[in-house]
Amino acid sequence: MALMSYLEAGKTALAAEMRADRAVWALGEDLGRGGVFGQYKGLVEEFGPERIVDTPISEATIMGAAVGAALMGTRPVVEMRFADFALCAVDELVNQAAKARYMFGGQGRVPLVVRQPIGMWRSSAAQHSQSLEGWYAHIPGLVVVCPGTPADNYGLLRSAIRCDDPVVYMEHKDMWGVTGEVDEAAPPTPLGKARLVRAGSELTLVAWSGALRAVEAALELLAGRPSLEVIDLRTIYPWDEEMVLHSVRRTGRLLIVHEAVETGGFGAEIAAVAAEELFGVLKAPIRRLAAPRIPVPYSPPLEAVCKVSPAKIVETVRAMVG
Amino acid sequence: MVPRANIDVERLLAHYRTMCRIRAFEEAAEAAHKAGQVTGAVHLSIGQEAVASGVCVHLAREDLITTTHRGHGHTIAKGASPAAMMAELFGRATGTCHGKGGSLHIADFSVGMLGANGVVAAGLTIAVGAAHALKLKGERRAVVCFFGDGATNRGPFLESLNWAKLFELPVLFVCEDNGFAAMTRTRAVSAGPGPEARAESLGIAARAVDGNDVAAVDESAAELLARVRAGQGPQFLLARTYRLKGHTASDAALYRAAAELEARKADDPIKRCGEILTLNGVAESRLASLAAEARGEIAAAVEAARAAPWPAAELAWADVQDVGAGRWR
Repeated sequence: MALMSYLEAGKTALAAEMRADRAVWALGEDLGRGGVFGQYKGLVEEFGPERIVDTPISEATIMGAAVGAALMGTRPVVEMRFADFALCAVDELVNQAAKARYMFGGQGRVPLVVRQPIGMWRSSAAQHSQSLEGWYAHIPGLVVVCPGTPADNYGLLRSAIRCDDPVVYMEHKDMWGVTGEVDEAAPPTPLGKARLVRAGSELTLVAWSGALRAVEAALELLAGRPSLEVIDLRTIYPWDEEMVLHSVRRTGRLLIVHEAVETGGFGAEIAAVAAEELFGVLKAPIRRLAAPRIPVPYSPPLEAVCKVSPAKIVETVRAMVG
Repeated sequence: MVPRANIDVERLLAHYRTMCRIRAFEEAAEAAHKAGQVTGAVHLSIGQEAVASGVCVHLAREDLITTTHRGHGHTIAKGASPAAMMAELFGRATGTCHGKGGSLHIADFSVGMLGANGVVAAGLTIAVGAAHALKLKGERRAVVCFFGDGATNRGPFLESLNWAKLFELPVLFVCEDNGFAAMTRTRAVSAGPGPEARAESLGIAARAVDGNDVAAVDESAAELLARVRAGQGPQFLLARTYRLKGHTASDAALYRAAAELEARKADDPIKRCGEILTLNGVAESRLASLAAEARGEIAAAVEAARAAPWPAAELAWADVQDVGAGRWR
């Protein structure tokens, strides 16, 4: 076990996979300088500029080239800098990466990972703050991952790199400095399996990524009453229906908290499935707490309007349990 | 037209045969589309066959190509089976992609054909990525990226050329300029002197060729591909041709004058190739039998496609993804 930051955990995972498999390489802007957040620092020294590739600011071609290179049997790790910039490469991700295997009748695979840092962080405003995991969950062919701890950033990135499907890998920018214990010898965290943060009996709270921090603060304020079962979904697609539905079957209450816009957000899918499957056992209406449907503004008091506060979680939990 | 010195009759006959096979395929696809047997859109390359034949003659099976929505010709010239391709157009289980792609997504990885594409210019980024992987792996194969003149106005065109030159990748870019960007004349929507100037502005050697002269395409492609294979980085070929049909098989192309079309038919690459061959002593009957043989091959492909089984409905679920596959609510 080692204490490391969420950022170091990602870097350590990539380095481990690059040591283990010559086919793994990374490409993106400023990678030779360590990446925009330092999450690639030192890697070019170890692996050289052929495997830690500095690219032009050409998102479409970074992504499209990764598709071509993946079809040729390499395992590219694509860095998009900000999830917002990956929108310049949506054709390459959605029309090409996600569909190549299917359209071509299984002749090729696209084993790539595209890292798209998400979330609100230091007044980043409307074009550097979005959480678009729900968009990609909508696209057949893609796996969508949102690690919520250093241990999971280590374990899930390793699984994502080993996965033969294209994986949209969304680290939260406000979590780079979060530290935690990471077991480098542990097997990679399986994709599609949620993490039980704490067991409880009266309400199931599902969250992921940056929203987990507001949930943690809310748990402290609630001080154990009511009894919450907290689940970190961590893979958005395929999401762990089994764990979530099993939990809600016991608690009878479901609250979903995420940082993305509520309208059409992935919480809506979870709520719909729970309502379809468990209508008879629900003791309260399913609730969602998420961002309003406004662009993320710059000024801190305005940005705060987009964030789900611990106080709001506490209030909602108490209203649901009564 | 005068007989050429040093003409390689056998090589030209091989081109004639390839072009006849492409033409027969396209005409059969058009007929099957009109008859409602090919349900999706087909984009015909009738009139552009010399580009496919003249370039692909230089490619070995392990070399790679990417192509476009108008890619049947390149695919046949690269060595794919017209029978499997026709079955794909018919949506049958025996198609190159088991009926999951159709005309727009024909691919045959077994012959190095990495896919047609429904999105203009999307094949360029994939081609440079394939070339990048070859370079990483130290493999000495070439990639040919076919795209149309319309693609030169999309961002990925600039990005891909820049990328290929920056990393000195083994790619031959072939701009098949048929004059039309979908249903609009490309020159009406394009600034500057043209695609080759855009390539040259990035330091990529470019050459323009009469794309309806198969021998000229062959010769230019030979030279450019030799440079690609010698590790001299990306090369660019602008092949000027003309689309004798509409954008799709449903497009009557009424936006051009009938007289223009008639004039351009005189420039038909198969006709021109045939004229050179007869001037060099090849009997008309030999050409006719090559054309008939091609039509026979394609007619058999159509018959086989019509008789082939539909894919089982379960196949809709196959090859989506490994993680999270097969979920249905």
